[in-house]
Amino acid sequence: MLTYILKRIAIAIPTLLVLIVVSYVLMYMAPGGPFTSERELPPQVLANLNAKYGLDQPLWRQIATYVWNIVTDFDFGPSFVYKDRSVNEIIAQGFPITLTYGVLSFLLAVIVGVSLGVAAAVRHNSALDYAAVGVSIGAQVLPNFVMAPILVLVFTLWLGWLPGGGWQGPEYWILPVIALSTSFMASIARITRSSMLEVLTQNHIRTARAKGLPERRIILRHALKPAMLPVISYLGPAFVGMITGSVVVDIYFSTGGIGKAFVDSALNRDYAVMMGVTILMGTLTILFNLIVDILYGWIDPKIRF
Amino acid sequence: MALLDIDNLSVTFDTDDGPVYAVSELSLSIDRGQTLGIVGESGSGKSQTAFAIMGLLAGNGRTAGSVRFDGQELLTASKKQMNALRAHRIAMIFQDPMTSLNPYMRISDQMAEVLTLHQGMSKRDAVAEATHMLDAVRIPSAAERIRLFPHEFSGGMRQRVMIAMSLLCKPDLLIADEPTTALDVTVQAQIMNLLADLQREFDMATILITHDLGVVAGFCERVTVMYGSRVMEEGPTDPLFAKPTHPYTLGLLGAVPRIDDEDAQMTAIVGNPPNMADPPSGCPFHPRCDFAGDDCLTMPPLEPFAEGRARACRRPVEKIAP
Repeated sequence: MLTYILKRIAIAIPTLLVLIVVSYVLMYMAPGGPFTSERELPPQVLANLNAKYGLDQPLWRQIATYVWNIVTDFDFGPSFVYKDRSVNEIIAQGFPITLTYGVLSFLLAVIVGVSLGVAAAVRHNSALDYAAVGVSIGAQVLPNFVMAPILVLVFTLWLGWLPGGGWQGPEYWILPVIALSTSFMASIARITRSSMLEVLTQNHIRTARAKGLPERRIILRHALKPAMLPVISYLGPAFVGMITGSVVVDIYFSTGGIGKAFVDSALNRDYAVMMGVTILMGTLTILFNLIVDILYGWIDPKIRF
Repeated sequence: MALLDIDNLSVTFDTDDGPVYAVSELSLSIDRGQTLGIVGESGSGKSQTAFAIMGLLAGNGRTAGSVRFDGQELLTASKKQMNALRAHRIAMIFQDPMTSLNPYMRISDQMAEVLTLHQGMSKRDAVAEATHMLDAVRIPSAAERIRLFPHEFSGGMRQRVMIAMSLLCKPDLLIADEPTTALDVTVQAQIMNLLADLQREFDMATILITHDLGVVAGFCERVTVMYGSRVMEEGPTDPLFAKPTHPYTLGLLGAVPRIDDEDAQMTAIVGNPPNMADPPSGCPFHPRCDFAGDDCLTMPPLEPFAEGRARACRRPVEKIAP
């Protein structure tokens, strides 16, 4: 198991290198640069700026320097746009916010989604089942960029219950978390329901019934684990979806998370911030996929590392 | 009073194409310590009879009649009452050992939960008792192997685990639903010998459901032959096989390959089993029966005709003096 995790981490390093090189090359090839503006800078000023940030160097040397600074000093460079801030500072400021509402959304989506799906499967073809299916179909077609303005309209403008933006305390978390998690919650509920229904028809569940086990124990001890396998494979894509969703949440709710920094960096050609956030998201995705694979092994004893 | 008394049991499934008659007007009884075989082709209703006793019919199944176990009516029993009986006093072994154990749980957990639930044992004692039972079904180095998962066992070994699990509470009645169908022939013999030994040792009433007549002959004191949801003939095993009187029993026996007589022809029963969504009127066997006549268009009652034997046929093959 430990060897497996170490092996996966070892593979992650070349993966991240490829990610850095490809992103850097794409960024370099895109027309324009961080100092392109409507009013053209005098050529000498531009040359000085490029020299200061190392942009006058050949591409391979730029990438090599960038990687070298990360490896030796964990330094992701200075922001090209905000003169006195480093990428590390920008990420340190925004990432805790993104992590807070991201983790909350993820937990909410999984806990509510799984419970709803299990309840619908256990009460198959009942009013509860139909309600759960109806609500999840409805919620699934409400992605975060639709949910966000609806939530602000209803809970901030009409009812005045919750703040529609900012990040000053737990009451500011509620709307972003709901906006981000709703569609994932719905997908998880639907996947859980159908996989639970399938598991409940399997022979080993009949054996569990023949043992006289109470229904509750059959569901929780015998059926839930195998029913979770398709849900867990969905968690990988859901995680990536949440990362992109954080961009939308940051813009609608002015939460100040890292998604906002990402979009701004793309618009401003802030190469360093763009690369920094890309590497962070890439690392998180790799880490998360590793967790998913470990979860698989924990559920299914036939998977051995 | 018999241990299990089934009276006029019918099982019907409601499907989109109308009702399917799985078991019709079935009556049988079994005493403590007795062995009864239920034989018949696929779809004759033998497995559904077992599921009806256990209360494990699919959601669209309806039952009528009466199933009394030790005086208690099972068909109308509550879920809680049934759960108190299952595995504790009535246990069941299923056809397919490869899928009947939970692949995601250790054998120790699957077996121990039967004892913690029904006998209030501690987990520790339950695992110890389960290990004893694995020894009893002759699984080598049971103490180590009880920690394994089902996929680490072969098919025959898994069926031994199933048998051990069903015997944990020393049930009064064991229902074995085609316990050897999914296994190799050599393993089949081992499992049947094991079951026969355990049946004697524990003195359990046992219902063996199978389509393998050889297995029945070696194991059961009494046999019930089912066809098209109904009982065709029943009686003590040896006379029933030696002198079958119902044309269907005769056909079944004729279809068994024999190795002791090289000249013997194996004869198949012509035609297919009936579609139970649209059963033939009268005796379900009459469309395939060589002896059928117009009087077979109404169902004959199951009537005793010799010592301990009964049949539902108007045109038996051989008249036997009572």
